[in-house]
Amino acid sequence: MDLGINVIEMLLYLVAIIGFAAINAAYLVWVERKGAGHIQRRTGPKEVGPYGLLQPLADGAKLMSKQLIIPAGVDKPLFMVAPLLAMVPAVMIFVTIPFSENLVARDINIGLLVIFAFASVNVLSLLMGGWASRNKYAVISAARAVSQNVAYEIPLLVMTITIVLVSGSLNLREIVFSQAGAFWHWNWLPTNGNFLGPITFIMFFICYLAETNRAPFDLGEAESELIAGFHTEYGSMGFGLFFMGEYANIVIGSALIVILFLGGWYSPFPEVVPFLGSAGVWWFLLKMYLLIWLVVLIRWTFPRVTLWSLLNLSWKILIPFSLFNLLASAGLVKFLG
Amino acid sequence: MNLSISPEAVPLIREGIFVGLIIVTVFGALLATLAKRMTRAVLGLVVCFLGIAGIYYFLNSPFVALMQLLIYVGAVAVTICFAIMLAEPDERKLAAKTPGMAGPLAVLLGATVTWVLAGTAIKAEWMAPAVKINEGSVKDVGVSLLTTYSMVFELVSIVLLIAILGSLVIARSGRDKAEC
Repeated sequence: MDLGINVIEMLLYLVAIIGFAAINAAYLVWVERKGAGHIQRRTGPKEVGPYGLLQPLADGAKLMSKQLIIPAGVDKPLFMVAPLLAMVPAVMIFVTIPFSENLVARDINIGLLVIFAFASVNVLSLLMGGWASRNKYAVISAARAVSQNVAYEIPLLVMTITIVLVSGSLNLREIVFSQAGAFWHWNWLPTNGNFLGPITFIMFFICYLAETNRAPFDLGEAESELIAGFHTEYGSMGFGLFFMGEYANIVIGSALIVILFLGGWYSPFPEVVPFLGSAGVWWFLLKMYLLIWLVVLIRWTFPRVTLWSLLNLSWKILIPFSLFNLLASAGLVKFLG
Repeated sequence: MNLSISPEAVPLIREGIFVGLIIVTVFGALLATLAKRMTRAVLGLVVCFLGIAGIYYFLNSPFVALMQLLIYVGAVAVTICFAIMLAEPDERKLAAKTPGMAGPLAVLLGATVTWVLAGTAIKAEWMAPAVKINEGSVKDVGVSLLTTYSMVFELVSIVLLIAILGSLVIARSGRDKAEC
């Protein structure tokens, strides 16, 4: 039987995906440090290579050459599994993300579900890591991270259902196809025919900041109270994997927003800049990195919220509003669409 | 280079995958029941869920497999973990021996449940798999939930609503008026 799978192609995809995730994670750390530096009137990393561009490689070499210390008293198997659980689902998710019309490792018909199914596993790694560390700070951090994730997953999924209703598909490529054209055809503007697009977009963005445990919602690793949160006890590559997992999740979240709301690989001004084409992977990456830059800016310019107000925002504002939004969008699709 | 397999090997591989998934599921279940630490038991449960999700995927329903992952691993296991963390069970007590009759009774009960379930599964007349449901079968599931099985669907919703209300009532009574 011919399985229809080209072995070399599959291996290339795997290597490319893992490489993409790892390079992005490494260089986003550099972007973050450089951005933080300039926002705080410092220069950020600058010693290793021009503009400190080789700093991530140095960091990586340092982390990998360190001894993997397992503190006495930790729950050893769980302690070892947790960092892996942080990274593996992220790599799995990259398989389904279409970076352009044809650049997708596996075009799955329910790609959106694949993303959310694997993304939901990520919480488990924080929980396991925090609990297995047998450290009060880590346990508190894990408890916070979980209550936050449980609270924000509900509005996030409801908002996703809204977009699925509007575009009528769970296939990521088809969701992008339904937004073909210049920027007023995309889901984030009311000109697309869906008047609630902007509301859905803003709420989705807030939820995604909270889901990836990013500032101003990074209560899981509030340094001033909890040392480093759930990864306090981790050193060397265990810590490195948690870090890479976090940045991989930021990339995934931004890519998801680009797909759902910002027209994927389509150019915002197809007539104005014709030499770049009306569609292409460069547009996707450009939008994605702009979003990531926005996330970095938000982290370094907003103060951290308290746990109380964080949970209130979700349960008392986002969940009712997202449910109402879902109903209203369904009505719009039914009567206008 | 295309990966091609001789026709004789196909059923062998198929059975190999199936048996492998069953081994993962049973291993997870054993881990869940035999572990002395509660968090490890939950991890065993997660492994068990992953095995079941794999079986669903193997049986051509990726939609159900992903839902298994999303709901059971992403929500149920995490909630159980959360409850354990909040309750902070005393692990020395958990490790203590259970009363003598518990073991045999558990085996008896487990055997009975297995016997009944297996009997039902073997005797039941299963619908023939209608179409290849590799498309995700989302639409079919939605249509049958809102037509043929709408009664069950509504009843489950009511049960969940009651559960939510109940937990709210319990949480409310322990709280000061001044706090909220």
